[in-house]
Amino acid sequence: MADASYPPELLYHPEHDWVRIDSADPGVAVFGITWFAQDALGEVVFFDPPEVGTTVTKDEPYAEVESVKAVSDVIAPLSGEILEVNAALADAPEAINDDPYGEGWLVKVKLSDEGETAALLDQPSYTASLA
Amino acid sequence: MSTTATTSEPLRQETAQQRDRATTIFEKGAPGRRAFVAPAVDVPAADPTTLLPQSLRRSEPARLPEISEPEIVRHYVNLSKRNFDLDSGFYPLGSCTMKHNPRLHERVAGLAGHARLHPFQHPSRAQGALELMWRLERALGEVSGMPHVSLQPSAGSHGELAGVLLSKAYHADRGEQRTKVLTPDTAHGTNPATVTMAGMEVVKVGTNADGGVDVEDLRAKADESVACLMLTNPNTLGVFDANIAEIAEIVHGVGATLYYDGANLNAIMGVTRPGDMGFDIVHFNLHKSFTQPHGGGGPGAGPIAVSDRIEPYLMDPRIVRNDDGSFDLRSGHEKSIGRLRGFQGNYGTFVRSYAYICSLGAEGLKDASETAVLNANYLLAKLGDAARHLPLAYGRLCMHEFVLSGAPMKRELGIKTLDLAKRLLDYGFHPPTVYFPLLVDEALLIEPTETETRETLDAFADAVKAILAEAADDPEIARNAPYTTPVRRLDEAGAAKRPIIRQPL
Repeated sequence: MADASYPPELLYHPEHDWVRIDSADPGVAVFGITWFAQDALGEVVFFDPPEVGTTVTKDEPYAEVESVKAVSDVIAPLSGEILEVNAALADAPEAINDDPYGEGWLVKVKLSDEGETAALLDQPSYTASLA
Repeated sequence: MSTTATTSEPLRQETAQQRDRATTIFEKGAPGRRAFVAPAVDVPAADPTTLLPQSLRRSEPARLPEISEPEIVRHYVNLSKRNFDLDSGFYPLGSCTMKHNPRLHERVAGLAGHARLHPFQHPSRAQGALELMWRLERALGEVSGMPHVSLQPSAGSHGELAGVLLSKAYHADRGEQRTKVLTPDTAHGTNPATVTMAGMEVVKVGTNADGGVDVEDLRAKADESVACLMLTNPNTLGVFDANIAEIAEIVHGVGATLYYDGANLNAIMGVTRPGDMGFDIVHFNLHKSFTQPHGGGGPGAGPIAVSDRIEPYLMDPRIVRNDDGSFDLRSGHEKSIGRLRGFQGNYGTFVRSYAYICSLGAEGLKDASETAVLNANYLLAKLGDAARHLPLAYGRLCMHEFVLSGAPMKRELGIKTLDLAKRLLDYGFHPPTVYFPLLVDEALLIEPTETETRETLDAFADAVKAILAEAADDPEIARNAPYTTPVRRLDEAGAAKRPIIRQPL
């Protein structure tokens, strides 16, 4: 498991999610969980994704991750509709631990309100909240 | 009590036990080998084909192990040595109440009248057993302050299910369809699971700065759609919720019922009673508070006691004493939720718990709880020197158990709670509960129970301090522990992802 890292180009939600806004389309974003979240969970053994086409609501649970310690809800950092889920996690959920910002991404979402991003944290504010 | 790992240099060499792959009894023995030879038949032999129809007869012989008696004895003795059990060492597994199981109980439970009782025995010929169960019900009613008891549920979680179904029946009978059950975020995981099993919705209630229920959050969430609040008091933080009277008032104020999770009853026996705190339903874990070998998945017992207003819905059949002093099983109570299991429960557990209650008496039970709380506070104080790395999560004192946070230890010494837990095994102790309750970061939940000596508690505290000192020098020691156990660090993620659940015979 890599050392703690929080890429500066991402946006963060206090429930330890990250958001990467699509560079080509600001109405689309990828969600995942942060290094802090995967470290707190311990080894992830299962990711239970939402179905493509379902609606997710900011601050509400949209998926579950199961680790050796517990099953935890994943909270949606923004609202929208699920466009794609990371199918590779079905066989290799450990990617969430090994590469939380890359191979361990969870879902791609068509945002319903781009304005919601204003409520998210930037990297310095999020890392400050962890201290 | 072994205090162990005398060497400061951890054992890096593989032990004989680690080299020996555990085998099943089916992998041992040889054709024709026997542990017992039956005497020659001295009655006329009968042809099995004339006794049983074809459909009930085996087409091939059962594949039974063929093995000698010494092999059998060694097989099971060696298997037992691979286990860490309460009979070989201190087992402070929080919220599990791993207290000593007095040997007297085994002697009583083993009496032929108990052990050989058939589940289908007619009540008229099982009077002694029914009387024992009836008396156990009365005793549990007295301990809980709730008069009506059913011994049917066979585990704490089963008792919870019974309780939530009773609450549902109570509301339905009043023409109300309530769908939500409140559980604090410190609750045992079985609480939300039970609610889901009962077809209801879980609503979490927060925890306040003292470790008790966040009363304002409760007030905000308690409304007429709530059927019940499930509460453990003292809770899994080892904190007794002093606001219980106010909590009961809020819950009863919206017409909901109050459920007492009895998992932590060992802290309060003879001191206070759920019934007096305003609870409507309580379950007991007989295998925890009232002694019982447990931890292996059973057999357990999770009887429940209820208040007068819940009584009409209690499970059938019920044990009754007739006017002539005889005992019977009675069904047909109009509003009963019915039967929750076959037969009457795990009878042997009733015998042991009744023996325990009779041996100790009212004063003895109170003394057990007081000593459990004293032992926990003694150990907490002994661990005070380690508080820089393992601070108490909530409060200053505790009830029968307490929760430390390993967060500073992880940050400053580079070892996680799991590493500390694994290293404790090398020191001869079963680790405490880890990573529960979930609201405490790197949680370590320690419950010493009343049956441990001061020397054992001291040795445990010394071991924790030794592991912290060791980690300050070299965190790799704990990270790679355990070294001395039958198997080393297990691949827990692999076990969850790729479980091997079939053993070829």
